[in-house]
Amino acid sequence: MALSGLVLVGFVCGHMLGNLQMFLHSDWINEYAYKLQHLPYGLLWVVRTVMLIAVVAHVITAVMLVLENHRARPEKYVARDTLQASFASRTMRYTGFILFFFIIFHLMHFTIQNVHPEFKDLEVRLEGVSGSHGSLESRTIWGVYDKLSAHGEFPESEALAVHDVYSMVAIGFSPTYWYVSVFYIISMGLLCYHLMHGISSMFQSLGLRNAIWRVRLDRIALVISLVVFVGFASIPVACLTGLIEPITPLVAVH
Amino acid sequence: MSERNISITLKVWRQKDADSAGAFETYRMESVSTSSSFLEMLDLLNEQLIEEDKDPIAFDHDCREGICGMCSLVINGIPHGKNKLQTTCQLHMRSFRDGDTITIEPYRSKPFPVTRDLVVDRTPMDTIMQAGGYVTQRIGAAQDANALPISKELADKAMDAAACIGCGACVAVCPNASAMLFTSAKVSQLNMLPQGKPEKDRRALRMVGAMDAAGFGNCTNIGECEAACPKGISLDFIARMNRDYAVASVKQFLGMVGSV
Repeated sequence: MALSGLVLVGFVCGHMLGNLQMFLHSDWINEYAYKLQHLPYGLLWVVRTVMLIAVVAHVITAVMLVLENHRARPEKYVARDTLQASFASRTMRYTGFILFFFIIFHLMHFTIQNVHPEFKDLEVRLEGVSGSHGSLESRTIWGVYDKLSAHGEFPESEALAVHDVYSMVAIGFSPTYWYVSVFYIISMGLLCYHLMHGISSMFQSLGLRNAIWRVRLDRIALVISLVVFVGFASIPVACLTGLIEPITPLVAVH
Repeated sequence: MSERNISITLKVWRQKDADSAGAFETYRMESVSTSSSFLEMLDLLNEQLIEEDKDPIAFDHDCREGICGMCSLVINGIPHGKNKLQTTCQLHMRSFRDGDTITIEPYRSKPFPVTRDLVVDRTPMDTIMQAGGYVTQRIGAAQDANALPISKELADKAMDAAACIGCGACVAVCPNASAMLFTSAKVSQLNMLPQGKPEKDRRALRMVGAMDAAGFGNCTNIGECEAACPKGISLDFIARMNRDYAVASVKQFLGMVGSV
């Protein structure tokens, strides 16, 4: 539970940092996505496999935990009360359960893209510098523009066309699909609760804390959870409010 | 606080024996002194029942001064009642108000079967102790303890762990009926001290093994045990035991710990 959770928390933090590139020039996230999609040695699938194993392990251990704990108290108390148990700690199984379905929808939405098949056709030519919007006046750190432009006739080259992740996200969260954004924001709220207990719990289960670090780790867990919530939720919010707008229009497909 | 008399309604779990089905019985008690302890209140109720030619309520109790760990009772959903750092025998009726309805249930967990009314069989805790809650080698007589220097910090911590009276409130209050707090206190109390160190790994493996085998639930780090513990045993001992157990498991995997 703790070990798979550690892998998942690590992924979530990295994922959030990647996502926040939505607030930079569209080249940032598009080059980043291109880079990830074209990782050498099939690394993309290595990472995906590790993530799948982590999720499956997390779910299996969670189900075992719930079943075993249920078995340990066959007869429940009639009068029920708690002394200090946090809302987050008591709802781990429910937040986790909903998040499982969120992950499936999220993959269908932006990875497999079968929620909006027309997302696959979104393409944009990298500009190489931030022009129309975004404040960063330099190239991105991913170097995809330089790599692609080296192959073709700069700057008109067809080779510079990449999947337009920026517009895909902007359209996916646009006011037209406001309910999707709401679902994402609520799910991130649940993730926040899940991590609030999960991150501090992880250190307890692994035996990596004591009286002093318990307080510190609880605070760190709170901060990470809130940062993750704000970081992730800011994107659908920005798309809903028009702060982020698609650069490529969605062509209704076939 | 001045002494008063209050009237209360009690909802008490009655069960003839381990094999019978139990049910709640409701009793009304008039003018109970707020100075009486919770157990004294139950004694009064039992006298009342005996006079009415009914079966008195069976409940565990012994020292009645909060050190033996015999009294149990889940009072309004919390073992030993809601007051901090108190056993049931230390709980007094001044903690209740006139007209209150108090629900009294036995500890609920698979390893602690109800034997009669509010009495549960807590033998699995002894089984855990028998698995490693001791030091095997001779540690000498009283003066030999002084020959082994132990830091104040460590001695304090070991003493904090040793404060566990084995009442089982941690199991009763845990939403998962886990015995981690009890076991961790007993493991830590010995594992921290030089006398217990040589058997540290096998102790962690054996006691955790016995705990799992007894059918207790798993720890999900909710912390209710620490809050309900009449001796204030800290959740940090669970982290310490988890660490000892993890290290011992790796050592066992590498063949560095003999058969346990």
